[in-house]
Amino acid sequence: MLSSFFIALIGVAMIAFVAGSRRAVALAGPQISTLHSRPSYHGGYALILAAGPALILLILWLLLGGRILDMMVAARFDEVLSGLSMPQREAFMRDARQLAEGSIYGTPTPQTEAAAEVYRSLAATAEIILGIVLTMLAGAGFLLAWRTISLRKRTRQFVERTIMVVLIACSVVAILTTIGIVLSLIFESLRFFQKVPLFDFLFGLHWSPQSAFVGAGAEARTNPDVFGAVPLFAGTLLITAIAMLVAAPVGLMSAIYLSDYASKQFRAVAKPVLEVLAGIPTVVYGFFAALTVAPFIRRSGESIGLSVSSESALAAGVVMGIMIIPFVSSLSDDVINAVPQSLRDGSAGLGATKAETIRRVVMPAALPGIVSALLLAVSRAVGETMIVVMAAGLGANLTANPLEAVTTVTVQIVTLLVGDQEFDSAKTLAAFALGLVLFCVTLTLNVVALRVVQKYRERYD
Amino acid sequence: MTETYSPEHKPEAAVSADPNKAAEKTVIPQAQHAAEKAQGEHDIKVKTEKVCVFYGDKQALFDVDLDIRERQVTALIGPSGCGKSTYLRCLNRMNDTIDIARVTGRIMLDGEDIYETGVDVVELRARVGMVFQKPNPFPKTIFENVAYGPRIHGLARNKRELDEIVVHSLQRAGLFEEVKDRMDEPGTGLSGGQQQRLCIARAIAVSPEVILMDEPCSALDPIATAKVEELIDELRENYTIVIVTHSMQQAARVSQRTAMFHLGYLVEEGPTDVMFTNPTDKRTQDYITGRFG
Ligand SMILES: Nc1ncnc2c1ncn2[C@@H]1O[C@H](COP(=O)(O)OP(=O)(O)OP(=O)(O)O)[C@@H](O)[C@H]1O
Ligand SMILES: [Mg+2]
Repeated sequence: MLSSFFIALIGVAMIAFVAGSRRAVALAGPQISTLHSRPSYHGGYALILAAGPALILLILWLLLGGRILDMMVAARFDEVLSGLSMPQREAFMRDARQLAEGSIYGTPTPQTEAAAEVYRSLAATAEIILGIVLTMLAGAGFLLAWRTISLRKRTRQFVERTIMVVLIACSVVAILTTIGIVLSLIFESLRFFQKVPLFDFLFGLHWSPQSAFVGAGAEARTNPDVFGAVPLFAGTLLITAIAMLVAAPVGLMSAIYLSDYASKQFRAVAKPVLEVLAGIPTVVYGFFAALTVAPFIRRSGESIGLSVSSESALAAGVVMGIMIIPFVSSLSDDVINAVPQSLRDGSAGLGATKAETIRRVVMPAALPGIVSALLLAVSRAVGETMIVVMAAGLGANLTANPLEAVTTVTVQIVTLLVGDQEFDSAKTLAAFALGLVLFCVTLTLNVVALRVVQKYRERYD
Repeated sequence: MTETYSPEHKPEAAVSADPNKAAEKTVIPQAQHAAEKAQGEHDIKVKTEKVCVFYGDKQALFDVDLDIRERQVTALIGPSGCGKSTYLRCLNRMNDTIDIARVTGRIMLDGEDIYETGVDVVELRARVGMVFQKPNPFPKTIFENVAYGPRIHGLARNKRELDEIVVHSLQRAGLFEEVKDRMDEPGTGLSGGQQQRLCIARAIAVSPEVILMDEPCSALDPIATAKVEELIDELRENYTIVIVTHSMQQAARVSQRTAMFHLGYLVEEGPTDVMFTNPTDKRTQDYITGRFG
């Protein structure tokens, strides 16, 4: 039903637009230039007045309507609900709602059926009221527009301002979402740090949240000693380091080749191909790592007498490195291309070869940009999860040996939250604390990278 | 018209001021040579014969025959797009860096064809330096900017020699007094005119024989321009200079010979004073008096 409201609203909007611009043209008569704003702006003005408020109401109803109905139903069934616990209440309401919408569900009790009945009738009434209000809003808006459109009406400014407001609203949504996520991370982490001291978390060497609970019954408590995050950060660091060892040289050199050596035709083919590499889902890299690279490393390691676990930091790191090659190469390619041709000419004019020019002029000039490209690549590697889950294992070993299984922060967050969990045990809250620390690390990396890029930009302007 | 040089033949020998010795070395027939002597008392440093340049299918230069004389300033003038830069870039093979550019004809530096296979472009560019239209100092220190060329060509055996070269080059470019206390500051922090003189110092540092300048003053104010012009005049003592300019006054002030280009053709060439007072070609006359271009 709501969708038909939307469709009707679109129709109203189109009619309002056409009518508004027609009216402006009609008012202007033969001399269109006497209009302050062009007819399409008058159309836009009518459109906004007619459809805007109605649209806002519709969206608000979409967001809040269900809750309002719930509250009304709950108020009617207060005596039934008051005897129930919180989850039972929620189940009751959910069943009633589903029953009202006609979806099948277990065996309805008389109470839920009664509730569903109320729900249904309320919903029907609400819809009718909504329809009437929407029609009135649209009609009033349209009428207002029709009345106020005149030769000197500054509809252009009005439309421009409305567009700006819409743009602002969208960016505010994005910003608020980010702030909300960060705040929830912080609050949940604070709850975690009430159970496990910050110091034990950041500097503890032992990570096994599976054995977090000791004692039983009234004695039960959280053991803070098993939430030492150091092995996770060490694992993250190890895998990231291996990934960067692969990605930095390969990515950088292919960027140099692409920007300074490759012919136009080759570049036109190679760049998109490299970018396709960036589009492969990480889970595909994951089974490539687990099924191809890890066994290969294991076999070759064993053939020279090394003991390699079947899941190794090396396998995950190498594949992750391959994954971020396009990231490094396309960012550095942009940076290297930004070095002015005149510097290359100047160097060539002094008799420097291409390689000398690149090494002594282009690279130093592009270095800040390249550093920031690498930092951004690092923050990607730090946040990557799938490959590590599949290829590096879950064991939180504190080791620097790339041939052993390690685990990373992101992988542990996943394992902490998978499955049915209570949401206020130290074990699940630990995921938020890990997320918060990870967020701080990547944020710092990104800020540093952006700073470096800005500084670099100033140099040629 | 070819002559093989003995291996010990050094560029310095060819630039030698001794006219008799140079006469032996050059490939110009004796009679013609004598005529040239009579004209200007200067040997031919670069000789171009039937030079054509193509950018893809488009021809930018048509059969240019032009002699560049040693220790003279030759000005290239002509309306925009007539091929002055293109011609200049042929002389040190900078056109090689443009994929679609193709050069035909012969360009002889001291009698050797620089487009012959086997010619070392690196060595050629050390002998024929270039200063660009827009000052393009490297984003390095002033010292490093000048030391760049000597470093790649291994001209200095130790730090002291390198210092010497840098200081000497900056002095020759008339910049040393202004920057001697700030050699470690970035070259990009200098003013436009200083940057251009830094680029000239950078070119001088590899002791080239010919210096090509493509509108070296077009990004400079009149005072900086005057300084660079003064510098060009001094450099003439030791170097052969080819300069592209859009300023007739500049051409008249700094050059001894002028070549006029139009639509890819060399219109006429001769001593600057003759060109400016008594040009033979109508187009030159029109261009100089500002009737087109
Ligand atoms: N890289 C290039 N690719 C294709 N065509 C070029 C290129 N460089 C120059 N040309 C063409 O060659 C012709 C001569 O150009 P050139 O730059 O030599 O002119 P110019 O005399 O130096 O002009 P200006 O005085 O404006 O600098 C022009 O028609 C130009 O369009
Ligand atoms: Mg030019």
